Amino acid sequence: MSAVITETVMERNEAMRTRSRRRRWITEVSWKYLLAIVIVGYAVFPLVYVLSASLASSGTLTGSTELFRSISSANYKALNTTMFWTWAGNSLVIGTVTAIGSVLMGAAAAYAFSRYRFYGRRGSLTGLLVIQMFPQMLAFISIFLLLIALGNVIPALGLDSKLGLVAVYLGGALGTNTFLMYGFFNSVPRELDEAAKIDGATHAQIYWGIILRLVTPILAVVGLLSFISTFGEFILARVILTSEDNWTLAVGMYGWVSDQLSANWGLFAAGAVIAALPVLILFLFTQKYIVGGLTSGSVK
Amino acid sequence: MITDPKTAPPREVDTRVSHARRWDGRGWGFVVKLALMALVNAFGVMAIWSAYLQRSWAVLGLMLVLVVAADWVYFTKRAVPLKYILPGLSFLVLFQLFTIGYTGYVAMTNYGTGHNGTQQQAVDALLIQSEQKVEGSPSYPLTIVEQGDELGFAIVDEGVVKVGTAEDPLQPAPDATVEDGRATAVPGWEVVDRGTLMSDAALQNEVLALRVPISEDADDGSVRTREGTTGQVYHSTLEWDPAAQTMTDTTTGVVYSATDEGLFVAEDGTALAVGWRVFVGFENFTKAFTDDTYSGPLLKITAWTFVFAFFSVVTSFLMGLVMALIYNDPRVRARRVLRMLFILPYAFPAFLSALLWKGMLSANPDYGIVNKLFFFDARIDWLNDPFLAKVSLIAVNLWLSYPYWFLVCTGALQSLPDDVLEAARIDGAGRWRTWRAITMPLLLVSTAPLLIASFAFNFNNFTLVYMLTGGGPRFTDTSATLGATDILISMVYQISGVSGGRADFGLASALSIVIFVIIGGISALMFRRTRKLEEV
Repeated sequence: MSAVITETVMERNEAMRTRSRRRRWITEVSWKYLLAIVIVGYAVFPLVYVLSASLASSGTLTGSTELFRSISSANYKALNTTMFWTWAGNSLVIGTVTAIGSVLMGAAAAYAFSRYRFYGRRGSLTGLLVIQMFPQMLAFISIFLLLIALGNVIPALGLDSKLGLVAVYLGGALGTNTFLMYGFFNSVPRELDEAAKIDGATHAQIYWGIILRLVTPILAVVGLLSFISTFGEFILARVILTSEDNWTLAVGMYGWVSDQLSANWGLFAAGAVIAALPVLILFLFTQKYIVGGLTSGSVK
Repeated sequence: MITDPKTAPPREVDTRVSHARRWDGRGWGFVVKLALMALVNAFGVMAIWSAYLQRSWAVLGLMLVLVVAADWVYFTKRAVPLKYILPGLSFLVLFQLFTIGYTGYVAMTNYGTGHNGTQQQAVDALLIQSEQKVEGSPSYPLTIVEQGDELGFAIVDEGVVKVGTAEDPLQPAPDATVEDGRATAVPGWEVVDRGTLMSDAALQNEVLALRVPISEDADDGSVRTREGTTGQVYHSTLEWDPAAQTMTDTTTGVVYSATDEGLFVAEDGTALAVGWRVFVGFENFTKAFTDDTYSGPLLKITAWTFVFAFFSVVTSFLMGLVMALIYNDPRVRARRVLRMLFILPYAFPAFLSALLWKGMLSANPDYGIVNKLFFFDARIDWLNDPFLAKVSLIAVNLWLSYPYWFLVCTGALQSLPDDVLEAARIDGAGRWRTWRAITMPLLLVSTAPLLIASFAFNFNNFTLVYMLTGGGPRFTDTSATLGATDILISMVYQISGVSGGRADFGLASALSIVIFVIIGGISALMFRRTRKLEEV
């Protein structure tokens, strides 16, 4: 008898607990899902829209505001009649070369700062910190004038040269990347290269053979960050690259939208989807490292 | 000395000899270095030679310094750190340090349209511009000739063929062939036929601009052509007197004398169109703040730049923070998927987002989806009303940057020390109290430097402003091409004229310096907060 009573009491308690837990779930957690739906909608709807606009048949101008009313690849095919692929190639080449150059130069400098004690080291590090604060693009006028002067002598480094633009970007590489790498290099134990040194390895062998292999993650992050920022850089590319053949995607697609928006909207949408996809995928797969790099890069 | 027969004796390596200058047979490092240095030197010598030919002494000096520095650094036994720093350093010095300094210099000159070069260049340009066809001068049958890249004219003057280029005055060419009174072949020159000329627009422009002096004496005038088949004698109406530093108009007799402002000015105040570059000191700075065309817009634009940067940071930080607080909750499932979806705007390239929103906010119903979906198909012209355009900019920037703060704040929340929170709970602090007294202060400490950096970034967020609104809508009370949403850096861009239009490099550079100073102030604040300098 008493056992039955305790059982029902326990059952009742159990039921009450579940009920209160459910009530708590409803008041404290459920709305978070609802809110998440709203936020996801806010975050995603422009992207859905651009996808839908890119798939609209280009013949009909009206109605690109109705999502996915028609599905056609006309806009994507029309990209072949424009300079889009040239620009995409330019962006890719400029971004890749800049990324590789930045990684090589930044890593080398970080190695020197991290492993050697030399006259002017503290001063140089402080100088780099200060320089890092002034974005290169603020000086775009003198960069423009400098390239005119350089171009008279070495046309390959002058205005309207992709190589010239890469050289300018590399000028900003040391300021932006050294600190990020410096911190990482410091975390590689010194004993490793000291051991190698005792075994008779030269400084170059230590650098290329030991250090660079141990810091590969940060090299990848810096390369990626540098590629993404070069990919989206606008003002210097616009000032330096004057002829349409040399434009990057940012400069070229700005041209589509800034004049005759209605004529180019479908093209732009298709181009945007193609241009954004690689970056989007790259970013989402590596976001953990990128965000770590971004935040520590700006703190340091 | 004990020798163990099982271990080979150590290879004879004299450790005192550096491998900087010789190949000791181990690895290919030295060979690769030698090859690279050969390339660097070859390029350097080529550049130096080219600079010498162009009489470009500054570039020559620079290249010389770079090549010598590279050779010394990579072949000395010492200076090991420099071997690693030099490549980055040379780019840094040339394209960042030098350009910052040069901006300062340009800010103190009147460099820009009409003041582009030296006085000599201005004189040459004026003499060319004021050239007029000499009345009653004969027309010479003319043939366009070419020698390498250099264009020249071959004219027939009383049966004698004369050839000359822009640099070399006309000289008789006795071996030339003449057919129908026109030179058809000149030894040492290649004749450019009419078909080539007609099909090549760039060549046509070159031909139209070409002036071949008649003799060494500039007063004799020069031969020019308008259609490529006949040449006329042109003569400048201006006369340059280097000793007195005056230009005299031979038709009117007006004397223009050189001034400190880099112009030739007559007594009645009229000036010749082309001037030269002179040092003006702080005039550009005073001009920016006092000239009616710029001072009004400058104040408004500076204020807006601060407002834009401040609200961009605050709105996106708050949104990211609140989201981080809400979704840093283990009871919410699928957080990784949500997180991925939340940060999508950040992964989309920013310039594409700006352009995309420009279309979405447009009043055109064909693609202005914002009006259609959220404002009942109203035709609100978001980007063409001063106030709405400003709101739009901040709103778009919110969409672009809240994911960053969401990620940062989530990271910061997760790294909060548990023991402190637990201590607070034991001490009986409620949820609100814990949040206000512990979570928030700790969070702010770790995010403050990022907030300041983000402020500085948005202060110069040219890409977003230029792509979304282009600075528009235009101010109506000034003739300068500036608008209500222009920020300082886009104002600099408009004034500089690098994209076409009237260029004023001096004034634009002066404004860049103002931005440098503001950014410098912000960074100083940041350094004080983080005390990073002490850590170095």
